[in-house]
Amino acid sequence: MIYLDYAATTPVAPRVLDAMLPYFREDFGNPSSVHRYGQRAEAALDSARETVASALNCRPDEVIFTSCGSESDNLALRGAALAMQEKTGANWILTSRAEHHAVSKTAEQLEKHYGFQVEWLNVDESGMVHPETVEEAVCHETAIVSVMYANNEIGTINPIREIAEVCHEHGVLFHTDAVQAAAYLPVDVDSLGVDMLSLGAHKFYGPKGVGALYVRKGTPLVPSQTGGGQEFQLRAGTQNVPYIVGFAEAFWLTNEEREERTAHVKPLRDRIVGTVLEEIPNVRLTGHPINRLPNHCSFALEGVDGNLLLTLLDAAGFACSSGSACKTGNPEPSDVLTSLGLPRVWALGSLRVTLGVGTTIADVDAFSKTLPPLVEKARILATDKNR
Amino acid sequence: MNTDKVVVAMSGGVDSSVAAALLEQQGYEVIGMMLRLWSEAGREDSNRCCTPDAMTQARRVAALLDIPFYVVDAKEIFRSTVVQYFLDGYAQGVTPNPCLICNRAIRWDFMLDHALALGAEFLATGHYARKMKDESGKMKLLRAVDASKDQSYVLHGLTQEKLAKTLFPIGDYPKSEVRRLAESFGLPTATRADSQDLCFLAGEDYREFLRRNAPGICKPGPIVSRDGQVLGEHQGLAYYTIGQRKGLGIASSQPLYVLAKELATNSLIVGREAELGRSELAAEDVNWIAGQPPAASFRAQVKIRYTASDAPAEVSLMDGEQARVRFDAPQRGVTPGQAAVFYAGEVLLGGGIIV
Repeated sequence: MIYLDYAATTPVAPRVLDAMLPYFREDFGNPSSVHRYGQRAEAALDSARETVASALNCRPDEVIFTSCGSESDNLALRGAALAMQEKTGANWILTSRAEHHAVSKTAEQLEKHYGFQVEWLNVDESGMVHPETVEEAVCHETAIVSVMYANNEIGTINPIREIAEVCHEHGVLFHTDAVQAAAYLPVDVDSLGVDMLSLGAHKFYGPKGVGALYVRKGTPLVPSQTGGGQEFQLRAGTQNVPYIVGFAEAFWLTNEEREERTAHVKPLRDRIVGTVLEEIPNVRLTGHPINRLPNHCSFALEGVDGNLLLTLLDAAGFACSSGSACKTGNPEPSDVLTSLGLPRVWALGSLRVTLGVGTTIADVDAFSKTLPPLVEKARILATDKNR
Repeated sequence: MNTDKVVVAMSGGVDSSVAAALLEQQGYEVIGMMLRLWSEAGREDSNRCCTPDAMTQARRVAALLDIPFYVVDAKEIFRSTVVQYFLDGYAQGVTPNPCLICNRAIRWDFMLDHALALGAEFLATGHYARKMKDESGKMKLLRAVDASKDQSYVLHGLTQEKLAKTLFPIGDYPKSEVRRLAESFGLPTATRADSQDLCFLAGEDYREFLRRNAPGICKPGPIVSRDGQVLGEHQGLAYYTIGQRKGLGIASSQPLYVLAKELATNSLIVGREAELGRSELAAEDVNWIAGQPPAASFRAQVKIRYTASDAPAEVSLMDGEQARVRFDAPQRGVTPGQAAVFYAGEVLLGGGIIV
């Protein structure tokens, strides 16, 4: 099997796993405990926080560990919206039509149950949010703006720094979901100018089940999860020390190796894009052709059932993904692809191929050779199905 | 050892699970597949063949066997062939058997095509039936070893070409043995209640389904006797089946039964029990498993419904793909739209749709 779905998740790097293991057995203490077991766990936690803070270029007490990227998004959006509503009465949420569900579903819930109004920012045909669009929509009644750093389905990178500037000119908080971006893009929060930024470890060779939220000092935030005073009163619950250690190790490694990893995946990715566009009829690249994650390519194929193509690819030994990842065989075009204005017959045939440190040129060539005949097969079967 | 790839149609039930396990044991490279079929909007959770529950169960079995498992969308083709056939049948005054068309157009066409596209040599199902190759290399379709579970009736539309690409791994075992095998393989042994309900009816009476999906086909009309006497009014021909006794709402000196439906006059013909028996029938769209009939006229055991027992008869060929069946003794419940299937002992010769 050849794995080409690194945007879905990545394997834990060996040295990350090695760093985690002692905290399951020898140093298993609760970081809140007084005794030395607790002290050792707390030291590991503090050290992890410092590592992450230094990679983010922020203060350690601006890093909140959570259980995943989705939780970070929830805490940021719900926490800031509720705090701003209480503080200033602001009750508008601005977010884009191409966000991850962790953001869009949270916004919908805030609208339905908490009296907020959501303004959905349009994206261009590459899925990009333009700062001018934010400028037109933002006002003193805006509680928070949330626009993702890079899109998980189509790889497009948003001009986060410019959008953050627009928000701050209006005195409005800005959050970005950087879960997909962090594996390849610099996440210097100071230079990006964001107030909050979400991360998830398993996208960059860390374990699943641990995430983080950067929260700029002074950002008003109501905790989503209440209980003990962990994580600066913002996220109750005993910290998952081994996973947090793994997060820090993986994030540090990612920052160290960013350029090297990019240099590895980008030419391989470009090779796939080249073959697909040249050898398969009626296909287009989705997302931005240039401003996109370097390990990411995504396509829309006219007249193909995306799920079926994934099935054929898997049987042929290639693990890929589609925009509308769904294992129940119930094809619906994804919200993101719909937001780009793609016609349904194109949006249903989505394919996402994402590379990683383990991808070789042989993998890419084998894939490029296998894909065109499988697309042909999928198109014949689709005609079958609709006859 | 077999090294061929085979796709198993999995339902999450014990039969198809054991089928998959047996094939794996025989060395095949096994792939599980389930089709997502059509259900009325809002009733997707009740489709007997592909509820989320059945899907979870099948996925679990696939994980236990360590085989890949895929769900393929077949909603549109299922609606446009099977469901449409069902609605058209009732509109034409017959009692259609959509499972027959499902096996022909969905399982052994759409699904087989998908299996072949995945690089498989065979499509396997959990049907209780057997296939065998004779000395001349021809494929034969046989009843299951377990006569009480035999499902060959619904497979009478298979051709030589399709049979050659088909495996029925559990046809050689009695049901009790299949359950025992499931246990020994460590598979879930729960069986869903055997049901003859159609999957897309979601456990509901077909009449309700027709009311919603084909309201135009159910026009009230007269209930008449064989001699043309009007006895009452029916609610729409589609709501009645041949042999039905209850629900006619006619006061009469003796019980009355539905004998026939006359579409041209929208009449429901009723009569006494003694009139129910028919000593012959004609079948159309006849398929011969061997590719041709055994003779222009031959003796056979004939099944007129999935649950009917064998009736000895003389089968004669007619023009086109038609056949005439003369029973040795009159048969009750001869229903246009159902299949008449011909057997010579264990061997299924062919069958067609009763007109």
